[in-house]
Amino acid sequence: MELIVALGIGMLTGSGVWLLLRPRTFEVIVGLSLLTYAVNIFIFSTGGLRSGALPVLERGVAGDLAQHADPVPQALVLTAIVISFATTALFLVLLLALRGLTGTDHVDGREREE
Amino acid sequence: MSSWTDHLVIAPIVVPLIAGALMVLAGEGRRTINNILALASVAGLLLVALALVGLADTAAQAPSQTRVYRLGDWPALFAIVLVLDRLSALMVLLTSVLGVAALVFSFARWYRAGAYFHPLLQFQLMGLNGAFLTGDLFNLFVFFEVLLAPSYGLVLHGSGIARARAGLHYLAVNLAASLLFLIGVSMIYGLAGTLSMADLAARFGELRAEDRALVEAAIAILGVAFLIKAGIWPLGFWLPTAYAAASAPSAAILSILSKVGVYAVLRLWLLLFGGDGASAGFGGGFLMIAGIVTIAFGSFAVLATQSMPRLAGASVLVSSGTLLAAIGMGQAAVTSGALYYLVSSVFAIAALFLLIELVERSREVGADVIAVTREAIGDVEEEAEQSDEETGIAIPGTMAVLGMSFLACALVLAGLPPLSGFLAKFAILAPLLASGADLGAADWTLLAALVLSGLATIIAMTRVGIDAFWASPGATLARVRVIEIAPVLGLLFLCVGITVKAGPVMRYMETTARSLHAPQEYIRGVLPPSRAERSAP
Repeated sequence: MELIVALGIGMLTGSGVWLLLRPRTFEVIVGLSLLTYAVNIFIFSTGGLRSGALPVLERGVAGDLAQHADPVPQALVLTAIVISFATTALFLVLLLALRGLTGTDHVDGREREE
Repeated sequence: MSSWTDHLVIAPIVVPLIAGALMVLAGEGRRTINNILALASVAGLLLVALALVGLADTAAQAPSQTRVYRLGDWPALFAIVLVLDRLSALMVLLTSVLGVAALVFSFARWYRAGAYFHPLLQFQLMGLNGAFLTGDLFNLFVFFEVLLAPSYGLVLHGSGIARARAGLHYLAVNLAASLLFLIGVSMIYGLAGTLSMADLAARFGELRAEDRALVEAAIAILGVAFLIKAGIWPLGFWLPTAYAAASAPSAAILSILSKVGVYAVLRLWLLLFGGDGASAGFGGGFLMIAGIVTIAFGSFAVLATQSMPRLAGASVLVSSGTLLAAIGMGQAAVTSGALYYLVSSVFAIAALFLLIELVERSREVGADVIAVTREAIGDVEEEAEQSDEETGIAIPGTMAVLGMSFLACALVLAGLPPLSGFLAKFAILAPLLASGADLGAADWTLLAALVLSGLATIIAMTRVGIDAFWASPGATLARVRVIEIAPVLGLLFLCVGITVKAGPVMRYMETTARSLHAPQEYIRGVLPPSRAERSAP
């Protein structure tokens, strides 16, 4: 499981960084979204990758991390998802505004001179 | 949680939050209500910040130097804490002073240049105060986002192509920085099992050697995120463009935004590596070199530019670089000088941004911007605008007042006597020179960088000043109203104030720097006694 998760994070990050460095705003926003996914999975994995761990406390089971999934990374990743969702929406608005104002989708607002 | 003063610590976050929320509810149309709310909120913030500085300063006599506010009154270690010490009180005070200045300036006309200026400003203040007060890493991330979200709005405030272009870069760079922040934070949690800064510092000594390297890497990743905010070379190319494009009151507030990064470095770095633990001084050399290269880059940027807003943006870089280089020296005396420099440069740069708008207006640049935005918003604004222009009180001797203010800004930024900039640079350099005859290469480089950056600043500002005030033939002076020049003069007056009262101010900075360099005090203040003692060396 570790290998699959690590490969997944790596592929998402790699594609994300490559797209982030592209000159079109749409590519940039897709790149940022991919990077966000990669980071979210990374945060989630810091709690340890285990299957079948209890998510909430149960009667008769000691409340320690041996039996339960670590709740803190889950809380962190929820916050991170909400925040990145909001900022991506804001980026989309700005992207459209820039497209409307300049008539091009280049990140600098103008095409490079040949 | 006995007396009401205990709850004062959370006021800098709650007051602007409520004010901003009420403004959104009241709607953009009710200007009088919004104006009164905004004014009441920033005035209240200023009073609270003054009270907090008083509290933090008197706490020196008490056994614990820090005041801890546990949110929800959960027991320590479970609670997310707000921590008030001298540094955070100082930063909150700076924020609220800038808040007042930007708000009063915006009353003249800027708050009408686009939608929701007032609520954005309030949320911005809330985010800044939260970031300065929090004692938890993830909470710091959340407040970073809270302060960045309105700042995107403020950079774009007033609309126009230049702002949209600069705003897009600003947004993309900061989103990427936030992702780095998250990676760093989650690595730290995965390895150290805590996100509280004090607890992390306490546990730092107990980490296994192989984990320690990873935690250091995680903190370095966090540091990159902070340094992007501070605009350090080579991560700060977005900064001058974004700051120059922003409208004047937004830029004044943004000038403290770059200091949030510096604050975070100062707080975390000294907390984790300031003592004499296993990895003391980790990355100090890097901070120092990065700071000096940033000073150099900023100085060249200052010299290279002809336009005033870009000059101000470049001087933000110089000031960030100076701060980081001074912090990187890792000496308490130098840090206290750096704190004094921080206050002085934040006031001066904010005043400069406001002033530039007034000066540029005479050259019909500002007028264009307003015309464009008016077109964008629609003609509804037209009538109010005109009646307002009639009633505003213009000041006499516009040119003289603007010129003298510009001169004062130049003196503070370049670090020439008699204003606070000189004292600040002197306070940074004096401990280095006094320490003995054997000055290292690092000391000499810092000395040279500070002096040469001052020279570059004064050359550039003289050139731009001559161009603006003496050599613009037939420039028709725009009317400058009292309400616009008052914040500039107020900020410059504060610079004079900290020069005249340099003794008490420096004493405060020295105590602050000493307690920053002795992180045990902070850890003992935040953690329960059993936990804190375990970490004692």
